Amino acid sequence: MEGDDETSGPMIDDEIYANGVGGDDEKRSRPIISSEQLDVEAYASLYSGRTKIMRLIFIANKSKSNQAMELEALRMAYDEIKKGENTQLFRDVVQMIGGRLGPDYAMDLAWCEMVDRRADQKKEKLENELNAYRTNLIKESIRMGYNDFGDFYYAHGQLGDAFKNYVRTRDYCTTAKHIVHMCMSSILVSIEMSQFAHVSSYVSKAEQSPEALDPVTVAKLRCAAGLAHLEAKKYKLAARKFLETGHELGNHYNEVIAPQDVATYGGLCALASFDRMELKNKVIDNLNFRNFLELVPEVRELINDFYSSHYASCLDYLGNLKANLLLDIHLHDHLETLYGQIRHKALIQYTHPFVSVDLHMMASAFKTDVSGLEKELEALITDNQVQARIDSHNKILYARHADQRNATFQRVLQTGDEFDRDVKSMLLRVNLIKHEYNLKGSRKP
Amino acid sequence: MDAVQALVANIQGLSSAGDISHLHVVLKQAPDSLYAESTRLLPVLDQLDPSKHSLGYLYILEACSSGSISKEQGSALVLPIATFINSCDTEQIRLAPDKFLSVCKRFKDQVMVLEEPLRGVAPMLTAIRKIQTSSEHLTSLHPEFLLLCLLSKCYKAGLSILGDDIFEVDQPRDLFLYCYYGGMICIGQKRFQKALELLHNVVTAPMTVINAIAVEAYKKYILASLIHHGQFSTSLPKYTSSVAQRNLKNFCQPYIELANSYSAGKIEELETCVQKYKEKFENDNNLGLVKQVISSMYKRNIQRLTQTYLTLSLQDIANSVQLNSAKEAEMHVLQMIQDGEIFATINQKDGMVRFLEDPEQYKTCQMIEHIDSSIQRIMALSRKLTAMDENISSDALFLGKVGRERQRFDFDDFDTVPQKFNI
Repeated sequence: MEGDDETSGPMIDDEIYANGVGGDDEKRSRPIISSEQLDVEAYASLYSGRTKIMRLIFIANKSKSNQAMELEALRMAYDEIKKGENTQLFRDVVQMIGGRLGPDYAMDLAWCEMVDRRADQKKEKLENELNAYRTNLIKESIRMGYNDFGDFYYAHGQLGDAFKNYVRTRDYCTTAKHIVHMCMSSILVSIEMSQFAHVSSYVSKAEQSPEALDPVTVAKLRCAAGLAHLEAKKYKLAARKFLETGHELGNHYNEVIAPQDVATYGGLCALASFDRMELKNKVIDNLNFRNFLELVPEVRELINDFYSSHYASCLDYLGNLKANLLLDIHLHDHLETLYGQIRHKALIQYTHPFVSVDLHMMASAFKTDVSGLEKELEALITDNQVQARIDSHNKILYARHADQRNATFQRVLQTGDEFDRDVKSMLLRVNLIKHEYNLKGSRKP
Repeated sequence: MDAVQALVANIQGLSSAGDISHLHVVLKQAPDSLYAESTRLLPVLDQLDPSKHSLGYLYILEACSSGSISKEQGSALVLPIATFINSCDTEQIRLAPDKFLSVCKRFKDQVMVLEEPLRGVAPMLTAIRKIQTSSEHLTSLHPEFLLLCLLSKCYKAGLSILGDDIFEVDQPRDLFLYCYYGGMICIGQKRFQKALELLHNVVTAPMTVINAIAVEAYKKYILASLIHHGQFSTSLPKYTSSVAQRNLKNFCQPYIELANSYSAGKIEELETCVQKYKEKFENDNNLGLVKQVISSMYKRNIQRLTQTYLTLSLQDIANSVQLNSAKEAEMHVLQMIQDGEIFATINQKDGMVRFLEDPEQYKTCQMIEHIDSSIQRIMALSRKLTAMDENISSDALFLGKVGRERQRFDFDDFDTVPQKFNI
């Protein structure tokens, strides 16, 4: 695989250039995914709340080699944090900036102190309130009290405590709506904490709610479930969840996920795990998901290319997207696996309908050289994913049709031998056990 | 001397009169006097005919050979014992199997002392055939015989008794040794499948304490499995005794590591592992097998290529299986074609190898015969299984145990209507 990357490197560069010229105007309208360097500002504008800061910091960490981008991301993170109350995060970011952005972005101790003091006051106030509610045993107020505590801790970055308080509200929930609210808060915090096992359990809890949920909440839950599956490497399930996400989602959940992400995550997971039928039925013909795909035309195009077997252009799109997708906080870990699976799928699909395939043509279709392709095919054949054999002399791939009759004969004989062997050794063991038992019996009659 | 002479007369008289059982009684009362005279008994044997007076001959031989004897005395004994084994009467010796076994064991010991194991092979085989009640019966002579075969490198002779399926065992230890030696003989004959089967029996046999035979067998099992199957699974079947499951791996760590490095399919990795534990393998006398493991990896890799390629140049083969030159690859491929491990043709003009499919079409008469014989074999086995099942269901001890457990639940049922429960 590494070999091909090197050889196809220049080609991808060309493609980047071409795309960059052609799609300049469009880019601005959908900045999250482009083959150009990531537009950090536009990207960040898709999100709100804590995830925005975390994503910016993530980008800064990942793009150490690109100082301009790193500083840009840190600057925006700094600004964003200043709007909130999370002093710990503030200190971290200031340390990461390390004075590289001038005096405007230096440590602001006064601000920190002020925020901390205010936080202490607020905490005290909340505690008093909560105690009062608890002595009066007003369920609804206690719930509100805990919920406020959760919000308070969340704002200050103490996610563990926030989670605990949100969960505590559960005992005081009186309506289904409250439960759903509790679940949504817990899911949010769990995602921030990367505790995706919690996410799944609270999603299912919320879905069990007896009252019908409004479409936005349903869409949010689908996204959260999709994320949880993605992190658990269950790409097929993740794809299903993302595909089921309703277009009502809009920008309502941008403290977690942007609709563009739904399209990208869903699209890539689907490509990697669905077969052709499913891809057609559930992705391409899916009116609902099409709305999402419109937001990220590259993903839409690459899915269509994949389906219509234009693998070269599909792989080009993937290559172009790679750099930016690696900056995604959720997807980066899984990108290599997904890309590998998509490439394998493409190779398998390419060979499937043919009795014989010219490796030169196939290599050009995949923008790689013959020897690299041979290696990839060899791995797939060894894994029994492609039923074919390579004529390395003439560089042709021949499909191999398993001879059912011979295979059956072979298996029957083998099974017979195995049975024979197993039964014999079993009889032997039985005899030994019997012997031992007899010995015992004779020793103490 | 009189007592001995009287006994000889008795033997001659009773044997020719055909009253063997009476003779047996007489002989049983005699041993003390015989043992006392053991040193002077040898010449007495000349007065007896081993084929007619087998039982008496056996008792006197046993008396001669028991106790400590010098090397010269021992070598003097080897010949008469060998003649006796060859010509003795089966029915007579079966009356005193203990004596016969002990004579044979002494015989084997003497042959070993003389360092001429080959002399013992043929008589021992005859002895086994004479003393065993059926071919399924494992006598304690089996392991001794196989040991002699191993030492004298008469693997073929050993194979002749390994072909019999063993079901009846007197002593578990005999079985362990029998299977272990048998496994070694089969490995020597490159019959890895049979060897694996035998070694497997040792490893999975029921045992309450771990024993050295099982440990050594497990080591050889790992190596043979790598050579034959190209893989080794460290998990033992669940019927293996828990002692074995817990301990075997700890005793065979280098071998487990070898198996792990084998599974990666890289020659260098395997060789570094072999180097690392070379001394250990050498001490276990397994270095030769370990070397076979290495060469089997080349084969395995070439075999894998046949799955993926139709044609491949010798140079490419050499590269992908990490051989030094195309010439070497050609030798390997040639050897494998000869052994029927792959089906291929080599085109020396352009250095290409063309891999073919297995030409077996399962249409020939031989194949049909083979299948038929397999079916017959399995049917026989299944009959045996049923018989065994019936046998156990009517076994008094088994019924006693089951009955006891049953009684606890349902006393009346068990006591008054015993025919009611069927197992």
